[in-house]
Amino acid sequence: MDIQSFIQQLLNGISLGSLYALIAIGYTMVYGILRLINFAHGDVFMLGTYFAFYLVMIFMLPWWLSAILAIALSALVGMFIDRVAYRPLRNAPRISALITAVGVSFFMENTGIVVLGARPKGFPRPDFMSHAYNLGGAYITGVSIWVPVISIILLLVLFYVIYRTKIGMAMRAVSTDMETTRLMGVDLDRVISYTFAIGSALAAAGGIMWACKYPQINPLMGIFPGWKAFTAAVVGGIGNILGATIGGLVIGIIEIMIVAFFPALSGYKDAFVFIVLIVFLLVKPTGILGETLKEKV
Amino acid sequence: MKREWQMPLTVLSIAVFALFIWWGQNHLNAYYIRVLNTAAIYIVAAVAYNLINGVTGQFSLGPNGFMALGGFTVALLVLPVPQKQMVYFLQPLIWPFNSFSLPQGLFVIAVLLGGVIAALGGLLIGFPTLRLRGDYLAIATFGFGEIIFVLANNLIPLTNGALGIKGIPEYSTLMWTWGWAIFSIIMVSNLAKSSYGRAMKAIREDEIAAEAMGINVFFHKMLAFTVSAFFAGVAGGLLATLITTVSPSLFMFTMTFNLLIIIVLGGLGSITGSAITAVLFAFLQELLRAVEAPIQLGPIHLPGVAGMRMVVFSLLLILAMLFYRRGLFGKKELTWDTIFSLLGRTGKRVGTTWKSEKMKLS
Repeated sequence: MDIQSFIQQLLNGISLGSLYALIAIGYTMVYGILRLINFAHGDVFMLGTYFAFYLVMIFMLPWWLSAILAIALSALVGMFIDRVAYRPLRNAPRISALITAVGVSFFMENTGIVVLGARPKGFPRPDFMSHAYNLGGAYITGVSIWVPVISIILLLVLFYVIYRTKIGMAMRAVSTDMETTRLMGVDLDRVISYTFAIGSALAAAGGIMWACKYPQINPLMGIFPGWKAFTAAVVGGIGNILGATIGGLVIGIIEIMIVAFFPALSGYKDAFVFIVLIVFLLVKPTGILGETLKEKV
Repeated sequence: MKREWQMPLTVLSIAVFALFIWWGQNHLNAYYIRVLNTAAIYIVAAVAYNLINGVTGQFSLGPNGFMALGGFTVALLVLPVPQKQMVYFLQPLIWPFNSFSLPQGLFVIAVLLGGVIAALGGLLIGFPTLRLRGDYLAIATFGFGEIIFVLANNLIPLTNGALGIKGIPEYSTLMWTWGWAIFSIIMVSNLAKSSYGRAMKAIREDEIAAEAMGINVFFHKMLAFTVSAFFAGVAGGLLATLITTVSPSLFMFTMTFNLLIIIVLGGLGSITGSAITAVLFAFLQELLRAVEAPIQLGPIHLPGVAGMRMVVFSLLLILAMLFYRRGLFGKKELTWDTIFSLLGRTGKRVGTTWKSEKMKLS
């Protein structure tokens, strides 16, 4: 493989990886605070793209406006899921919340099939995403450039929120020690609500860019990106936002490189991510940037 | 209820049930036989799944993977050789499976081997993941199911890819499926009652405390996981020879989801609860076909909606978790004592069983 196509593949990997990173952050934030795998996160990702799709197709809104509205709607959906399904189970055994999360995920997928139709729909992508740019002889589609750029902007905004605002400080405090934070007068439910909102918004943004990259949407499209993003969160060290970003990039680049270097194995690429996960759990169970969780006795 | 009466009563009721099954195989119509068979297979799979999720408290999402291992193993073993040559037209089947097939008399060996292969899969996936605490098991077992799915789709010389294997002889009769169902209930509930089972329950209640009391946590998790995988494999094998075809899509996550509903509604940790709910589920699934069929209400015509069943089931699971987390039976088992105390025949002595259970809990 020559250097030019290698760089092209690397860019593809980074653009896929930054999408995984955006979704992984939602998983890692919720897990960091509630110790709950939010199975429904991948389905919020799916819902985000459908919101954008219908806003463009039915209301004829300009592309950027429908993207923003879809992201806002998804944030509300995330908060709603937390309010209805997870909040009543805050003090229940963790397995109950986990089973509920599986139920919510399955509910969203199947309601999606019934309401939205199982047939894939073509996603109208804006021109700047499908335009091919000439970079020193290599043609690169707008998606490979714009997806990482937009992702980085979103990540910078997120880091600002987490590290420079009051609500971000509350989130970090809650994830360190929920009980003590509550005793200090922080409204836990509000903080958790915001966490779901931010995570779901990022997932929706990821979903819309995903649909620009692979312009076909269907109600089950959230499953595999969701699981790969969760793997990314684990690989990066669950609970750690920077870790989720790194993990997302690692998983994305690995996936693209496997297909690029071993085309014969491309059918196995979905399985490979899980093998990476299991191997990683064996070698470094806490992930790249993860700290050893202290077991509460 | 006197202790020495329980064993004969159990044996007697199993004998009566066996008679019913024998009668049913010859006299019931094909549709009812099919539903009863499905119910029995759900029992095998759900009881096994409850051993790891309910009794041991380790959240696994992998029974569909184990069922796939069992299903494909049995399919490869019992599919007649001429049929094999016909089915594998994309790429020929690899040696040694292309050169033999087990006759009907050795069907039980095929199913046992299906279980053994699944149990080996359980060992393989449990070894790295069961050392870890908490939710990693859920991810890793889900990943395992997906790995099996991807392998089944891509290892065409072994599994015939997405087309699947058709024309498997229909060996699963009511006697076989219900025989396995009763065997799995007896095996798993005896295991749960044994000292191993008490160790598993200790791990479920508090892993750290259990370890501090000298219980080998890893060993007991592994035991539960492997036994669970074995019976899941058996269920997959029985399913393959019931519906006479296996394909990767048969063993997708939906299968695990159905089992999850069964064990949650039956009560996580209650073996008998799982068994009873499995039967209810098999019938409910048939009843809910009505939801998916077109409905004519006077002048209003409601078109049939495919997939509505799964919406109902997922709502059922969420509602059960939110409002009725104990399920039908909680952690309790349906025993002769509880049956008789419910019937109110044996008076005060037995009637206190439920009360004393409650007092212990509070």
